[in-house]
Amino acid sequence: MRFGVVVFPGSNCDQDCFWVVNRVLKQSVRYIWHQEADIRGLDCIIIPGGFSYGDYLRPGAIARFSRVMKSIVKFAKRGGLVIGICNGFQILLEVDLLPGAMLPNKNLHFICRDTYLRVENNQTPFTHLSSAGQILKMPIAHHEGNFYITIDGLKRLQDNRQIVLRYCDAYGKVDSEANPNGAIDNIAGIVSEKGNIFGLMPHPERSSEDILGSDDGLLIFQSIKQWAKTR
Amino acid sequence: MTRITKEIYQSLGLSDLLYQRILEILNRQPTLTELAMLSVEWSEHCGYLCSRKWLRLLPREGRFKTLIGEDSGGIIVDGWAIIFKMESHNHPSQVEPKQGAATGIGGIIRDIFTAGARPIALLDSLRFGNLDDPYNRYLLKGVIEGIQGYGNCVGVPTVGGEIYFEEAYTGNCLVNVMCIGIAKRDELKRARASGIGNAIIYAGASTGRDGIGGCSVLASAEFAEGEEKRPTVQIGDPFMEKCLIEATLEAIATGFVVGIKDMGAAGLTCSTSEMASSGGVGITIDLKYVPRREEDMQPWELMMSESQERMILCVKKGRERDICNIYSRWGLNAVVIGHVCPDKTVKVKHNGKIVANIPASALTNPPVFDMPYREPDYIKEIKKLNLSVLPLPTDYNSTLLRILASPAIANKHWVYEQYDHMVQVNTVVRPGLGAAVLRIKDSKRAIAATTDCNSRYCFINPYRGAQIAVAEAARNLICVGAQPAAITDCLNFGNPQKPDRFWYFKSCLEGIAEACRFLGLSVVSGNVSFYNENPNGAIYPTPTIGMVGVIDDVKMINTQSFKKDGELIIILGNSREELGGSEYLKVIHRMVCGEIPDLDLSLEMRTQEAVLNMIREGLISSAHDCSEGGLAVTLAECCVSQEEFMLGAEIDRLPCICRPDALLFGESQSRFVISASEEYFARIKQIAKENNVPLYLIGRTTKVRKLKILNYIDLPLEEIYKSWYNSFVNYLR
Repeated sequence: MRFGVVVFPGSNCDQDCFWVVNRVLKQSVRYIWHQEADIRGLDCIIIPGGFSYGDYLRPGAIARFSRVMKSIVKFAKRGGLVIGICNGFQILLEVDLLPGAMLPNKNLHFICRDTYLRVENNQTPFTHLSSAGQILKMPIAHHEGNFYITIDGLKRLQDNRQIVLRYCDAYGKVDSEANPNGAIDNIAGIVSEKGNIFGLMPHPERSSEDILGSDDGLLIFQSIKQWAKTR
Repeated sequence: MTRITKEIYQSLGLSDLLYQRILEILNRQPTLTELAMLSVEWSEHCGYLCSRKWLRLLPREGRFKTLIGEDSGGIIVDGWAIIFKMESHNHPSQVEPKQGAATGIGGIIRDIFTAGARPIALLDSLRFGNLDDPYNRYLLKGVIEGIQGYGNCVGVPTVGGEIYFEEAYTGNCLVNVMCIGIAKRDELKRARASGIGNAIIYAGASTGRDGIGGCSVLASAEFAEGEEKRPTVQIGDPFMEKCLIEATLEAIATGFVVGIKDMGAAGLTCSTSEMASSGGVGITIDLKYVPRREEDMQPWELMMSESQERMILCVKKGRERDICNIYSRWGLNAVVIGHVCPDKTVKVKHNGKIVANIPASALTNPPVFDMPYREPDYIKEIKKLNLSVLPLPTDYNSTLLRILASPAIANKHWVYEQYDHMVQVNTVVRPGLGAAVLRIKDSKRAIAATTDCNSRYCFINPYRGAQIAVAEAARNLICVGAQPAAITDCLNFGNPQKPDRFWYFKSCLEGIAEACRFLGLSVVSGNVSFYNENPNGAIYPTPTIGMVGVIDDVKMINTQSFKKDGELIIILGNSREELGGSEYLKVIHRMVCGEIPDLDLSLEMRTQEAVLNMIREGLISSAHDCSEGGLAVTLAECCVSQEEFMLGAEIDRLPCICRPDALLFGESQSRFVISASEEYFARIKQIAKENNVPLYLIGRTTKVRKLKILNYIDLPLEEIYKSWYNSFVNYLR
């Protein structure tokens, strides 16, 4: 299968995603420059982390107007697989491919550390190789990862099983102590209603090799690869 | 033409003596633009007038093949060049902590990618006054905000560093930042212009009036009371820097870039004159092409501005468009502002007239001064320590907890968790577990990096204190399994015009040179920061050492935390009754005095080699050096520094007959605490013996979550963890 990694000026996890897809997952991958409109021939688009266009206004607020995002929105609405990691998740919220918004972390600081995540839905293209309730260790690194959504919106996410990952402790307990940034309902990652668009704050590309402390994130990429194969 | 008065040259930071030299060299009165250019190039910050004579002592060769460039240096590992440098941004940070620190990061990153190397890691060594002063808390928070705001955005992980607090830094904090980069050996670029007719291209941000006089008026003078220096601080834009990194590395990859230099201190002046001088050519530029963001800028302002995120490139004639297109694709300015010419002068045109015409070598070869130095009288006094009147602690448990909770020792996760330390997916050993380890992709090798300096030691004994800074940095690298390879030094001192301050500088430099020579380390780059004073006196002499080491096999790395219960705990090296200058004396007895611990460089090297061999043979489970806080603190950290996997320790014998406080908290040098499975003990002993290193078995790791040391310490790990892990943030409230 063929992956595309979007490069905005200010993206800084683009090369990491490229590395993992290319060298660890061993799949074909190319960069997509932010001014490109033609994304034909790709099976999965990764919107990586970083500070697109400097993110001086609000994370993702400028990126939503980029040329490449117009194509990605069309691609996603046709059912194409899109995964937004960190800043990528923030951008997916800004273009309304996913519901909700990001607030600054509750402690008002940038937070970079490992978190534990419980797989709440293993029936998605991004998690189907994990077991239900499996605990994954992946790092976060963000200043605005405090996911917020209205109570009605939250209920819809819950009812549709759109909540995919929630922050938990090492034993899978989901509570406020295990919540690093104040996200509502400990939400770390959600999918779109149809399940083909995935946004998450933790970095699976930083936890795809044992030597970096965890390879749990690779499960996400492997799931995507496997999913595409069976379609 | 403006007549140059004493008032004008003094306001630019030039002394009468220097102005006389300028008249001699030019054989005429300088223009205002020329005077401005010379004032920045001849500032202490850029020109190293007082220090240059002594810097020649530093070894330029070591165990690894060394590269010395114009802006940075490095080592060769296989086909890779590891480039690194540390630089200070002290005065800007004291004046405006967030922007001061941020632009420090921006500047040091540019020094690395201008060599053609991709920046892969940052470390920062910070010093502040005591945190009970609200202004010092403001500085600390501002500096951290600046580092995280810039470093996180630009996508270079901040993987290590250190923070210390001493009253001497009140009024003059230190922000020393180090960047490491990597390149294929044959892709490196120099900051040299060459090829008559080749283009000089300006790339990056537009020029404004910010930072005028940053290196001369701000960095090369003391702070006086009530002085307002904020306009001399620059403002950074990490987003632009990120684009500049990518565009520049892309430009270099075309092969059309002949030479390249960033515009840091002294901006256009420094970059053009140093590119010309080191290339043995001349450069002519026309200011009308320089992108600017303010109107009516005078030529001297354009030449002195320290606006951030700017580069100068020397590009093959006919290839200008290829290079400019790359920058504009990244949304950056790139314009031809001049060309290389044969006559070895820097010529600046403005409105059709030549406003400066100076030999490049005159700009880059300022006078060298031989500064007088004298050992201050108080040294003898502060070395005195009468242990017989020093009371022993009544409760060793609470003493240990207090030391663990002191701001110098307490874990700094509150700080490093605000830094992205994982981006670029190379970070194998993260902050908080010893030296940082970064893998080299597509290689089984890795590099390790650390910064170190115990400035209290340097205050009491600068020569040995500086040697200890080198030795301890090396020890940190050994503990992760790295062969120490080379250093960069950032030398922070007071006013060099004062002989006692200069004696500190000279003594520290001699100490670094001797230790590096002995340990086979080259000094690849560095920076001198003088005039670090406040109205009450000088800072502690702080020769910060940034060291890089090489790990042969990334699978054979090691960390400081105990790994398995029932393993042997062993100490290598000798423990003596050495309490002078210790953290214990400072925290518990509020004393800064006493001769600092002895350092035997030969024993140091043998011990380091022994530990490295043990790690390479896979014999030991953990290694941690004994430093501030002594053996008790080392053991405590071995027990609790891996939060999810804490192990207890029972120490039932110790190899020293001395006061118990010296035994537990003394800071004797060249010591390592290691743990190992019993089956390897014979081989470990053999290696120690072969290297003639003292070895003592002192106890075992335990499943019982307690640290027990003889009859003195008996503490649950939870209590140790709480003091060590949670205390730091409390000082900031």
